[in-house]
Amino acid sequence: MEQLLDGFATALTPTHLLFAAIGVLLGTAIGVLPGIGPAMAVALLLPVTYGMEPTGAFIMFAGIYYGGMFGGSTTSILLNTPGESAAVVTAFEGNPMARKGRGAQALAAAAIGHFTGGIIGTILIVLLAPFVAKHAVDIGAPDLFAIMVLAFIAVTSVLGASRVRGVASLLIGLTIGLVGLDEMTGQQRLTFGSLHLADGIDVIVVAVALFAVGEALWVAAHLRRKPFVPIPVGRPWLSKADLKRTWKPWLRGPAIGFPFGAIPAGGAEIPTFLSYVTEKRLSKHKDEFGKGAIEGVAGPESTASASAAGTLVTMLTLGLPTTAVAAVMLAAFQTYGIQPGPLLFQREAGLVWALIASLFIGLTLLLVLNLPLAPLWAKLLRIPRPYLYAGILFFASVGAYAVNADIFDLLLMFVIGVLGFAMRRYGLPVLPAIIGVILGPAAEQQMRRSLQLSDGSLTGLVNSPMAIVVYVIVLLIVFFPLIRKFLPKPTPPAAPAVEREKVDA
Amino acid sequence: MTATKAWLRERSELGICALLVVLGVLVLTDAVRIPTDFAQRGPVGPKAVPILVGSLLLVVAVMLARDVLRGGRGEAESGEDVDLSEPADWRTVLLLCGAFLANAALIGVVGFPISGAILFWGAAYALGSRAYVRDPLIAAGLSILTFAVFNNLLGVPLPGGPLMEVF
Repeated sequence: MEQLLDGFATALTPTHLLFAAIGVLLGTAIGVLPGIGPAMAVALLLPVTYGMEPTGAFIMFAGIYYGGMFGGSTTSILLNTPGESAAVVTAFEGNPMARKGRGAQALAAAAIGHFTGGIIGTILIVLLAPFVAKHAVDIGAPDLFAIMVLAFIAVTSVLGASRVRGVASLLIGLTIGLVGLDEMTGQQRLTFGSLHLADGIDVIVVAVALFAVGEALWVAAHLRRKPFVPIPVGRPWLSKADLKRTWKPWLRGPAIGFPFGAIPAGGAEIPTFLSYVTEKRLSKHKDEFGKGAIEGVAGPESTASASAAGTLVTMLTLGLPTTAVAAVMLAAFQTYGIQPGPLLFQREAGLVWALIASLFIGLTLLLVLNLPLAPLWAKLLRIPRPYLYAGILFFASVGAYAVNADIFDLLLMFVIGVLGFAMRRYGLPVLPAIIGVILGPAAEQQMRRSLQLSDGSLTGLVNSPMAIVVYVIVLLIVFFPLIRKFLPKPTPPAAPAVEREKVDA
Repeated sequence: MTATKAWLRERSELGICALLVVLGVLVLTDAVRIPTDFAQRGPVGPKAVPILVGSLLLVVAVMLARDVLRGGRGEAESGEDVDLSEPADWRTVLLLCGAFLANAALIGVVGFPISGAILFWGAAYALGSRAYVRDPLIAAGLSILTFAVFNNLLGVPLPGGPLMEVF
C-alpha cells in the first residue's frame, strides 16, 4: 500500500502527468484510426520513448495502451469494423445503436465501461500482483519452461481456425528468435557471418514489421475503393434509463475479463464474447439484442478493459505476454534492459508501482478527456486511406531505423514485412510468431538450465508438481480434439460463432 | 500446361510449405555446422533447439501440404479497409515496396527529412492519391516535423543529411 502511494507520488509529478496525458491522447488518436489496433499503436509509438527515462516511458505506455483500446471500440461503434479482436463484440450492438442515432450513448457506455473495468482490474493488479510475484520467485527453471510451453501451445491451439497454420507461424517466430549469439555459449547461430545478425534481430523491428508493414502491404493489395462512411455523433451522454441498464454489466465485466486476461488464451476475444452472451441472458431487453442493446456494449467493453489489466499481471510477474500488446510492451521493457518477471517487483519496485499508479491516472484522464473529445475522434475516421497507410509505413520506418540507427534494420523490416503479408494472405495468425520471437530464447535458456541441474536427464523437466500440472494442461489442450470425439454429447454452439480470429494489428 | 498452372494457382499456399522447407533446411544445416566440442556448458548445447525447430519446420511443412492438397485453405485476413472480393492489386503493392526501399536507400545519402518525404509521397501515390500539390506538401511537412520532434525534442537522433546542415 505504501509502495502504491509512493507510486502515485512519482506518477503525479507534472512531467509524468503530462506524459500520461500525451500517452492517452496519442493512444486514442492512433487507436481510433481505422486499421490500427492497440498492438500496432504501441509498436508505432515506441520510438517516441527511446530518449526517455524508463519511468516516464512506461507511464506514457500505460496511457497509450488504454487509449488504444478505447480508440478501437470507437471505430467498432461508428464504422462497424473492429480494428482489433477485443472490439469485435462491441460492434454487434454498438453499431446498430449508432445507426439508430444512439451513437452518443453507445460511446458513453463504452467509455464508462472501459473506465469501470479498468479501475476494478487495476485494483486487482494491486492486490494480486505482489502476491503472485512473491510466490513466483520460488518457481524454478523447469516450471518456467513448462509455463512457456503452455503459452506456445495455447496461442497456437485455443484461437484461430487452423492449428497447423498456428504452429507454422510459431515456428517462424522461433526461427527468427534463434538468430544471433547463443546466450549460454556465445556461438553464432543463423548469422551467416553477418555482424548485423550476430546481435540478433531486434524484437521491435519484428513487431513493427509484422504488425505495421505487413498490414499496410496487405491492405494495399485489397484496398476498399470506397471506405465505409462513419456515422456522425455528438457528445456522449447517458440518460437515467440507460444508466439503470448499464451499471450491472459494467460491474460484471471484470469478473469475466480479468481471469481470462491473465491466462494465455489470446486476450480479450473469448471473455468479451462470454460477457456478451451473459448480458444477453440476464437482460430484461432480450428482444433488443442484435438491434442495439446498450448492455451488449457496456458489458464487453468493461470486460475488455479488465482483461487488459489481467494481461499485465501475467506480463509483469511472470514475464509472460498473453496478448500481442503485452508482447510489444515486454519488448519495450527489454529495450530498457528491464526483464519483467518474479524479480521485477523487488528490483524495480519504484518503476512498477509508478506504472500501476499511472494506470489509475491514465484511466481517469481517458474518461475526462475522451467524453468531450468524442466528436473530434469520430472525424479521424474520415482520414483519406492513402495518407493513413503511407503514414503507417512512414512511422514504421522511423521506429525501425531509430532502434539502432542502422539501415540494415530497415531492410530486415522489409523482408519480415513481406513475410507478414504472406501470412495474412494464407491465414497464418501473426500472434504466435511474435510470441515465438519473444519467448523462444527465454524458453530455450530455461530448458537448458533445467537439464543442466539434472545432468541431462529429461526427468529434470518434470521434477516439480507445478511443472507436472502445467504439462497435464498442455496435453489436455493438445488432445482436446480427440477427447471431444468421446464426449457423450457435443455441446451445440450456443451462439453465432465469433468472427474468425483477427490478431489485433 | 495451363491446367498445371491453374492447379498451382488454386494451391498457391504450397508456396508457404516451400518457405517452411527452406527455413527448416537452413536452420538444420546451420545447426550441424555449430562446433560443440569446446565451450559447452551443460548437457544440452547450442545445437539442440535449432535441430528441434528445424525438424518441426519440415514436419509442419508436410502437414500443411497435406492439408492444402486435401482442400484446406488458409483464410485470408479481413479488415476494415480490406475488400477481399477484388483480386490482389500487385501494382499498388510493388509501388509501395518501391517507396519503402527508396527510403532505405536514400536515408544515409540525403538524410531523413528528404527520404521520409519521398517515402510518404511515394506510398500515398501508390495507394491512389493524386493531389500533386497537396501530397508533396503534406509529405514534406510531416517529414520535417517528425525530424524536428524526434531529433530535437525527444532526443532520438535521425540523419539530417545535407539539407539540415544548411541551417
